[in-house]
Amino acid sequence: MATVDIHTQADVHHHDDHDHEHHHGNFWTNYIFCQDHKVIAKQFLITGMFWALIGGTMSVLFRLQLGFPEASIEWLRPVLGGWITPEGKLDTEFYLALVTMHGTIMVFFVLTAGLSGTFSNFLIPLQVGARDMASGFMNMLSYWFFFLSSVIMFVSIFISTGPASGGWTIYPPLSALPQAMSGSGLGMTLWLVSMALFIVSSLLGGINYITTVINMRTKGMSFSRLPLTVWAFFFTAIIGVLSFPVLFAAALLLIFDRSFGTSFYLSDIYINGEALPNQGGSPVLFQHLFWFLGHPEVYIVILPSLGITSEIIATNSRKPIFGYKAMVGSILFITILSFVVWAHHMFVTGMNPFLGSIFTLLTLIIAVPSAVKIFNYVTTLWKGNIIFTPAMLFSIGLVSFFLSGGITGIFLGNSAVDIQLHDTYFVVAHFHLVMGSASFFGMLAGVYHWFPKMFGRMMDDRLGKIHFWITFIGVYLVFFPMHYIGIAGFPRRYYSWTNFELFNSFADLNMLVSTAAILTLSAQFIFLFNFFYSIFRGKVAPANPWKSNSLEWTTPRHPGHGNWPGEIPTVYRWPYDYSKPGAKDDYIPQTVPYSETPESNLPHENDLIKLEMEDSGAIVVEDKKH
Amino acid sequence: MTTEFKIVEEPKKPLSMHPKKFAMWIFVATVGMLFAALTSAYIVRQAEGNWLYFNLPTLLNWTTAVILLSSVSMQLAYWSAKKDLLDRVKLWISVTMVLGLVFLVGQFLAWQDLVAHNVYFVGNPSGSFLYVITGLHGLHIISAIIYLVIVMVSAYRFKIHSRSLAQIEMCATYWHFLGGLWLYLFIFLILNR
Repeated sequence: MATVDIHTQADVHHHDDHDHEHHHGNFWTNYIFCQDHKVIAKQFLITGMFWALIGGTMSVLFRLQLGFPEASIEWLRPVLGGWITPEGKLDTEFYLALVTMHGTIMVFFVLTAGLSGTFSNFLIPLQVGARDMASGFMNMLSYWFFFLSSVIMFVSIFISTGPASGGWTIYPPLSALPQAMSGSGLGMTLWLVSMALFIVSSLLGGINYITTVINMRTKGMSFSRLPLTVWAFFFTAIIGVLSFPVLFAAALLLIFDRSFGTSFYLSDIYINGEALPNQGGSPVLFQHLFWFLGHPEVYIVILPSLGITSEIIATNSRKPIFGYKAMVGSILFITILSFVVWAHHMFVTGMNPFLGSIFTLLTLIIAVPSAVKIFNYVTTLWKGNIIFTPAMLFSIGLVSFFLSGGITGIFLGNSAVDIQLHDTYFVVAHFHLVMGSASFFGMLAGVYHWFPKMFGRMMDDRLGKIHFWITFIGVYLVFFPMHYIGIAGFPRRYYSWTNFELFNSFADLNMLVSTAAILTLSAQFIFLFNFFYSIFRGKVAPANPWKSNSLEWTTPRHPGHGNWPGEIPTVYRWPYDYSKPGAKDDYIPQTVPYSETPESNLPHENDLIKLEMEDSGAIVVEDKKH
Repeated sequence: MTTEFKIVEEPKKPLSMHPKKFAMWIFVATVGMLFAALTSAYIVRQAEGNWLYFNLPTLLNWTTAVILLSSVSMQLAYWSAKKDLLDRVKLWISVTMVLGLVFLVGQFLAWQDLVAHNVYFVGNPSGSFLYVITGLHGLHIISAIIYLVIVMVSAYRFKIHSRSLAQIEMCATYWHFLGGLWLYLFIFLILNR
């Protein structure tokens, strides 16, 4: 009785045999609710670009206030309406809202969702040799949760009390009490709802990325043959999966404090002489929870860019990446360290000085893997046949920012030095260079490099180079002077500094910063034009425009759902065989077996030929190595 | 059928696991991190003093026993599926579901017990934490019961048998995890009051 008519389909995943290339559907299933990782990646990219434009514009608005405090911005009234005071100045509360939203948008919506969402989605299946993500449906949900979260955050900008204004770190009690400031009312509620949805989206994405990298690799694609991009996306996803639930817990407790009257973060607060009923909470508890996500978050932001840079620098230097294993090791080391340094954001919260020195030590150790990465980039470039494509320029720009911004991290990581520098423009300069601009450059480099694969056309080279030079110089002009302003002690997030005699001497420097910010933002419109123009009118891209080794360039110009029309290619070598001595070309794609390249094989690679013949090459090769 | 044959001949991919089962393990890790965050927040907050001490409702001993029993029945359901005993699968899934619901009711009654002892959600964080931790765990149990319903539907459609175990295996993983998680939370709450 128990065995009636049971389907006997095997439990294995036969994705390979599905006929994916003839995948027809209507507009909705092909472009809107699509489960194809490449379409989802483009959705993330376009949404990310939209947010970057909003976040960038906001930064220029508050830079106008900081650089030209006396000027009237009456002309912005048609856009900002009531947020311009009758005197033609920016409303003070709206200034705080702008700073808050700029941070939130850039950190989460652009450099987390826009960066990981785009490139992890696009590159992981293409570079490991998979038809699609482990779960296309979850992947689609990930985008639509992000979209919903975006809509809510966007709506919050337009409500009459203004969006969340307590800083992107939303420290209570400022963010917990609606009486504290107008932005802590409905705006803060929408912020929390939006971020809760964002966390769901990130987790869905992250689970998919990890699963795909571990389980969906093609034949022969061992871990030691993964491109460094995939390694970076992989560790980024692991960080996200481990740290975002903690932010969720922090936000949940804050929601309870705000809406249900609990006292997790609130204690002994008086408003207009009246004591609030909340007793026994601890605002520092929130900071612990927040920064347990918040610090790994900065690595979620920078690691994908570092991975993209590794790939682009090796390809365009026509040289194997220097120290592949050291690169992977340093990413791993950064991942581990990212979870044990959070309290360096809290040196001035009155923490135990002994604890402070432990966190100082751990923080400074991060300089080691970071320096390994920088040295490896430089040594890869050293004596290479460098081709200066826009992607390459942006990657080199990233290395520059990562270095000059990373150096100041060593100052800030010291609990003693931090007493002077905490919450000054020095911090602003530090993180905008090392994580903001650096990972933004990585994102741009990625767009320039993989645009031919995304849209089948090339972006304009000359416009790309103009875009690079203006942005590169602009970014340094914006953030370098901030170091001086910061060392002088000027605090971040202040609306006005003209009331302080001390800071009047920095008026010209602030004016320079603001002018450079406007210049940098305008340069992005060159990119936007180039991007959208090239989608439709760009030069048709050849199959492998950068003569790159990795698997994505073996797909057709417009890969369909399923990526490869025939069988998935098998991988025989690592992705960095550039300029191998003796080889015909200066690159050997991963799909070329050693048996076809006797002229360039190293002795141990000749031994691998026999194993290739046995048709089960990859796995045996791996076993031999260990 | 020829394609079927080809698959057997193909060499194995390195380190391949069932992707969805793997994804379930990662999901379990995220839930673990959520509760790790809450319990560490609990410890950090407790260390700062002004902490209300109270006894846990004795009802929680019973609900702990119930959730452990439900893990046994879940495992029996899985073993039955492995042996193609479909009727037993349905029986043990139903038992698991009922035990899950009993656990939830027990947790709710434990809350009433707390209220009776003047420990409220709004008040000293020591009580609030207890409500949040048990409440969130309860929410996850509800999600697992929904998952059990889905598995039950598949069982009725003959989609669960010895050659198609992924779904029930993932469900069992989740259920055992939530049981283990409760055990951790319970012991944690006993030790840190």
